Amino acid sequence: MIYFDNAATSWPKPPCVAEAMARFLAEVGANPGRAGHRLAVEAARLVYGAREAVAELFHAPDPLRVVFGANATDALNLALLGLLRPGDHVVTSSVEHNSVMRPLRALEAQGVAVTVVPCSAAGELDPEALEAALVPATRMIVLTHASNVCGTLLPVAEVGGLARRRGLLFLLDAAQTAGAVPIDVEAQAIDLLAFSGHKSLCGPMGTGGLVIGERVDVTALTPLKYGGTGSRSEREEQPEFLPDRCESGTPNAVGLAGLAAAVRWVQERGVERVRDHERGLTAELLAGLSAIPGALVYGPGDAGRQTATVSFNVAGLAPSEVGLRLDEEHGVLCRVGLHCSPAAHRTLGTFPGGTVRFGLGVFNTSAEVARAVEGVRRLASEAR
Amino acid sequence: MSEGGAEGEARGSGDVVILVHSTSHAVHIERRLVARGVPCRMIPVPRHLSSDCGACVQVPGEHAEAAREAVAASGIEIQGIVPL
Repeated sequence: MIYFDNAATSWPKPPCVAEAMARFLAEVGANPGRAGHRLAVEAARLVYGAREAVAELFHAPDPLRVVFGANATDALNLALLGLLRPGDHVVTSSVEHNSVMRPLRALEAQGVAVTVVPCSAAGELDPEALEAALVPATRMIVLTHASNVCGTLLPVAEVGGLARRRGLLFLLDAAQTAGAVPIDVEAQAIDLLAFSGHKSLCGPMGTGGLVIGERVDVTALTPLKYGGTGSRSEREEQPEFLPDRCESGTPNAVGLAGLAAAVRWVQERGVERVRDHERGLTAELLAGLSAIPGALVYGPGDAGRQTATVSFNVAGLAPSEVGLRLDEEHGVLCRVGLHCSPAAHRTLGTFPGGTVRFGLGVFNTSAEVARAVEGVRRLASEAR
Repeated sequence: MSEGGAEGEARGSGDVVILVHSTSHAVHIERRLVARGVPCRMIPVPRHLSSDCGACVQVPGEHAEAAREAVAASGIEIQGIVPL
């Protein structure tokens, strides 16, 4: 079996992740931040350890400004719904995931103006086109770091610099890149970084978060949820400080124990090394698929300008049929269809049919890429 | 199981406690005290000091000044350092 669905969630996980989660359940188990007894304190240390690891990985100075949620979608909703108000203008790209577009469309219905800057047919964004979309009411730029459909990397540092010069907040959706591509919130001028814990960070599902920069006024950030935090219990109003302001209710502490172990594993391996490995595999995959008659590959076609996520179609076959036959006949597990990103597929010209997506990860190998390419070659040959 | 430094040393009538906004802040402070070799331990917030239901950080009185410096260097806002 070849697992090529890492863009949806990574698998397998490093063994230390399951070990940390099992240890939490067997030996810690208490509710972090809800009491002062030794197990509650130990749970709080583990959760803080996850904040610390995430902050270090992204070069964020303050672990207490790392807010956890269930996934990157929670983080994006918090940043968008929590900061944008009727009358504000927000700019985004035409390759965003629905975890950005759906909150934006909901905000649009409430009076937030939304401008979608078109990307090229390879999913590339021109920073000058984005700058031309800015107006006096613009409050925020929100971008994906990389297309979840075809892997195209967007010019984060350029846009971060632009946002800083124009006094705007910059929200980056790093669901596809956190742990796979180096990210430095200070050097890249990222004010709000939404990350998934269960993709390239190699943690368990049910983990993700938002790194909130110093330029964000926390008192102006409306929480998505209100409730118990274990702090300021004498008050019926929500705390104003982070992370409690945005973390009501019992957290996924067992998941965060796993995430802490996962991020440390990624740090030990090194994101640059992960990137080199995945770039090499992507180059092999792009070369292999491009040489198949009847296969059409989308995106920049250059492993240096994209993540290890590659979209393609096979002439004469629906993506769903390719996916099913790759699974049943060749043991290749991938994802087909629209990938929760109709905007990106319209940009690539693959709406509404969609594509076949191979999402490679840190544990994939050249041999697996070669076998998958051979599987696609056979399907394409039989379809001709 | 504790990373809390010299647990058990911070006892006695001269001790102080660092009252913080949340248990996350308490761990944040604890990490920095441990890094500076300041003995400390996390305890439930004493009811006579605050109605908070979380944890605070206890430090022996003779290390109170070192604790104040560590808190100041950490850059986070606390509720106060008070005698236990």
